[in-house]
Amino acid sequence: MRTFHLEIVTPDGLVFDGEAESLLVHTTEGDVEILRGHMDYIAAVAVGRARVREAGGNTRAASCSGGFLSVSKENVRLVAVTFEFAENIDEERAKKAKERAEYTLRNTKDRKERQLAEAKLARALNRIHIAKNK
Amino acid sequence: MNDIKARMKSVQSTMQITKAMELVATSKLRRAKERVENSRFFHEVLAETIEAVRNTEEAGNSVWGTVREEKKTLFIVMAGDRGLAGGYNANIFRLAEKLAQDKNALYFPIGKKALDYYRHKGLPLYGEAPEYIADLHVGDALAIGKSICESFRSGEIDAAVIVYTNFASMISQVPTDKKLLPLSEPERKEKRNAPFFEGDAEEILDRIVPDYVGGVIYAAVCEALASESGARRSAMNAANKNAGEMIDSLMLSYNRARQSVITQEITEIVSGAEAL
Repeated sequence: MRTFHLEIVTPDGLVFDGEAESLLVHTTEGDVEILRGHMDYIAAVAVGRARVREAGGNTRAASCSGGFLSVSKENVRLVAVTFEFAENIDEERAKKAKERAEYTLRNTKDRKERQLAEAKLARALNRIHIAKNK
Repeated sequence: MNDIKARMKSVQSTMQITKAMELVATSKLRRAKERVENSRFFHEVLAETIEAVRNTEEAGNSVWGTVREEKKTLFIVMAGDRGLAGGYNANIFRLAEKLAQDKNALYFPIGKKALDYYRHKGLPLYGEAPEYIADLHVGDALAIGKSICESFRSGEIDAAVIVYTNFASMISQVPTDKKLLPLSEPERKEKRNAPFFEGDAEEILDRIVPDYVGGVIYAAVCEALASESGARRSAMNAANKNAGEMIDSLMLSYNRARQSVITQEITEIVSGAEAL
């Protein structure tokens, strides 16, 4: 299959930089898969699963949240707030985060704090789900 | 002679501390520098994309780029958690004060020293971050970004400025200010062919601007942390040098004093022997 240049960037650095056959991300409007020769495109990314098919056909699942996807002629960039390949997910940490968020949701009424906790819970659940279904 | 000896001991033990602090700062600096490099890239890509979106027709008049009368300006001030870093903290406060002159300022201190400083001065605070800047993670930065964007949209604040120390190099750290909101006017390059947006451009901006603001804050936190270590290392290095010089000169006076005591003793013995 023909490949394109893919860069995945997070605040902790470049997670992926290389040739890929396809990239699947969960945008705010639903799942989108990018192949070579896609038109210029920008979408906001939601919490969800991502999948990269590397050159050669090796597929890797990942958990991804926030940020956006930008496709241009030169390259495809996924700028994510968090992006972890399934094998790198720290399941223990995700479980702890889940418990903490649930605890906050049970015990606070503050709207802002609840929103934050909900977002954290969504991210933790997503991580756990992806780590389990490698 | 005993006085000099005691003084030497005290200088020596101070030097031990400053030396240890220098070593700690150096190793922290190395890690912080890596973080700065990683976060810079993220932030650059974000800025580039925001610019691309804003250069399209639809997003031209977005709220995020609209300059309003500055009735209330938010200053996010980043200082360190601890002192003993030369002028690091003082320089930042001085810059913030200069910027806030004749503005209706609201402060968001990040870092223990900044928090203490603004609380002590009794200036109006916007909110509080985790107490220590060293514990601030990406998630916290994004949450802060989100809440700032909400305040901006609701009109609670009309502009947001971030004041932090830019890590220019290992030996040079520059207090810097950067406008967060409203977004600065994009450099009008050639109007690019509008990419296809999932949803409309305004909606995309609504989603990514908070991430962008959070990203800039996170990048600034990384810069500030690296700068703090850098400043502390330089300060401790200077302290070591001074302590070394002090010990040298004390050693000289000590030896002189010792020599004169010996000379005096010999004179006494000799004159005593002669008297016999």
